[in-house]
Amino acid sequence: MEVTDLEKIVSVLKEKYEEDILYAEMLYDFPTISLKKEKIVEIIQYLRDNSETKFEFLTTLCGIHYPELNQIAVMYQLHNMMTGKRVRLKTYLPIELPTVTSLTSVFPGANWMERETYDFFGVIFEGHPNLKRILNVDEMIIFPLRKEYPLEDQVREDKNDAMFGR
Amino acid sequence: MEVNHTIEDHIYQPEEKRYSYLNLGPTHPATHGIFQNVLKMDGEIIVEATSTIGYIHRAFEKLAERRPFYQITPITDRMNYCSSPINNIGWHMTVEKLLGIEIPKRVQYLRVIVMELARIADHIICNAVIGIDTGALTGFVYMFQQREEIYEIYEHICGARLTSNVGRIGGFERDFTPRTWEKIDTFLNNFPTVLKEFESLLSRNRIFMDRTVGCGPITAEKALSYSFTGPNLRAAGVDYDVRVAMPYSSYDDFDFQIPVGKNGDTYDRFMVRQEEMWQSLSIIKQAIAKIPEGPFHANVPEFYLPPKEEVYNNMEALIYHFKIVMGETDVPKGEVYHCVEGGNGELGFYLISDGGRQPFRLHFRRPCFIYYQAFPEMVKGSMLSDAILTMSSMNVIAGELDS
Amino acid sequence: MSTLTEDIRMADRPEGLEGQGFFATKLQTVVGLARKNSIWPLPFATSCCGIEFMATMGAHYDLARFGSERLSFSPRQADLLMVMGTIAKKMGPVLRQVYEQMAEPRWVLSVGACASSGGIFDTYSVLQGIDRIIPVDVYVPGCPPRPEQIIDGVIKIQRLVETESLRRRDSPEYKAMLNTYGIE
Repeated sequence: MEVTDLEKIVSVLKEKYEEDILYAEMLYDFPTISLKKEKIVEIIQYLRDNSETKFEFLTTLCGIHYPELNQIAVMYQLHNMMTGKRVRLKTYLPIELPTVTSLTSVFPGANWMERETYDFFGVIFEGHPNLKRILNVDEMIIFPLRKEYPLEDQVREDKNDAMFGR
Repeated sequence: MEVNHTIEDHIYQPEEKRYSYLNLGPTHPATHGIFQNVLKMDGEIIVEATSTIGYIHRAFEKLAERRPFYQITPITDRMNYCSSPINNIGWHMTVEKLLGIEIPKRVQYLRVIVMELARIADHIICNAVIGIDTGALTGFVYMFQQREEIYEIYEHICGARLTSNVGRIGGFERDFTPRTWEKIDTFLNNFPTVLKEFESLLSRNRIFMDRTVGCGPITAEKALSYSFTGPNLRAAGVDYDVRVAMPYSSYDDFDFQIPVGKNGDTYDRFMVRQEEMWQSLSIIKQAIAKIPEGPFHANVPEFYLPPKEEVYNNMEALIYHFKIVMGETDVPKGEVYHCVEGGNGELGFYLISDGGRQPFRLHFRRPCFIYYQAFPEMVKGSMLSDAILTMSSMNVIAGELDS
Repeated sequence: MSTLTEDIRMADRPEGLEGQGFFATKLQTVVGLARKNSIWPLPFATSCCGIEFMATMGAHYDLARFGSERLSFSPRQADLLMVMGTIAKKMGPVLRQVYEQMAEPRWVLSVGACASSGGIFDTYSVLQGIDRIIPVDVYVPGCPPRPEQIIDGVIKIQRLVETESLRRRDSPEYKAMLNTYGIE
């Protein structure tokens, strides 16, 4: 029986990090694994260096706010360019204290992506060399992409919200 | 008179180097787009560079959570606005992946033609602007005339010049008219001559090569660790192209090559884009030769607006029209990631849908944002004019840099 | 062939007193005529409208015919500030500083929907129109506007330049208008 991609990655992970796997599934042909947040950077480094998976390319990193669960997820997507396999890893952080270790020691390309996630969601990446806001103004105090904050600027007076159903 | 400094302060201390700080931007004639670099200079040599971006942050990701799927296409236009059809079609393919729609072959070939024209348009701007930054202003004027021809083709297909909003979820809004095919043929006949002329102006030009060879280099390992994709990565020597690695929209039916550079410097980036334009021309010719007949959109009445004649005459079409516009169609829940080869690299769309008509979360994997992080490292130790050239050869487009 | 010569409209000579070897007219007319045909724009291009501006400066729709051959990127040497593209709140102070550095007489052309009113980006980070921070003379709508529309905007600016009184910039009304923006 042929081993699917998901099973292969899970079996590689189970060799050392069995207790960190929360959930693994294939979403639209994409292996997605949810992990605990404590050892996520070690796990990514292990997947990068392991000769069976060799996920040496970080595609993207973003945050997702789940208001019903009161959690902010951080999603990492890794890619093995030689075989074309990809994997998505998600960790869930509590909204009161969303901290996780920074990935910049493993992939320098995660630097700005983590700054963007901090800017939008307030996720604190420990060990990040320069965790400042990157896209919004530095004086902003809220984390705008969280669901409780509105899209529009509340102080503008020339747009009639009633006409546009806002 | 109180003197609170001594004579020693005024004598130059050779052990302590004094650096000057030069502010490049955000408004600057040579930076194409608004982002700021504060350069720590030791005379003419750059010691360190600090980038500040976000001067055109328009909150696309938050805006997308407010709009239904078909209204997000105009937003994707404005990311890499030099090649906006690629963004649009990439987004439509993401939604089609979520909904599980099967796209007819003719639509896929038409999409390939539009995307390759957009890629040519993007590389025209980048290369012409590299020419301007080295002082060769003529190339810009001649190449931009060709971009006008591409604009006219876009106008025939979708009605707009720059921010095209082309296509629909499931295909195109109308088939290509005979006049469109004529215009594409004229373009394919005229463009190679102009491209050859532009190439002969610059590619073996001694002054251009002196300026660009060895300027802003990056090795393949460093480029991979910084998650480079696209022409910048290919110039460093890695042949990763999403069209070949994960073929989408029938790209595996076409025969084309991926140009790869050696040193990852400005000259390599210029030549890689130049060669990619030739390859795109060949792909368009192959697509026109092999295009099959068929419908110009998929048969998905739940997501593709029916034509107006049917809406006024036919009951089902009226109901579908109402359901689509009012948002009553059922959208499956799920998380999907789809990537296309944009003008700058792997343009990815990560979409989480919770069953409503608006996305729960939409994240754009913007190649420009990711590779611009490496700019301080590419520019360390080079001179100021090299920094300008490196920046423009990386094709930094501000709309893609800040979302 | 006769229609070709019929379509040409020669520029009208301004009103004045003419004689053998002299032509007398108002100083304002002459200065207006000279200024309108040699406007030096400062292209403050931020996003997509900037690409349409590049197309306007190209050979197909040539803006240089109207006297704007020399684009000045230094505000001190520019007459017309063309703001093209979205201005985010982070960029607002920069735009204001550029405007304040320009010397009188100066005009502002706001190109595109984003510069005029925020455009499709009704978000927390976008300035809803540059006329919140600097006074604007002509607005060019469009997303992005076609090059013909941008040229139409420049022609409207030319009309403003031609008919402007020489004393306008020192008048108390103008100063009061600048004070409403907080510019001294």
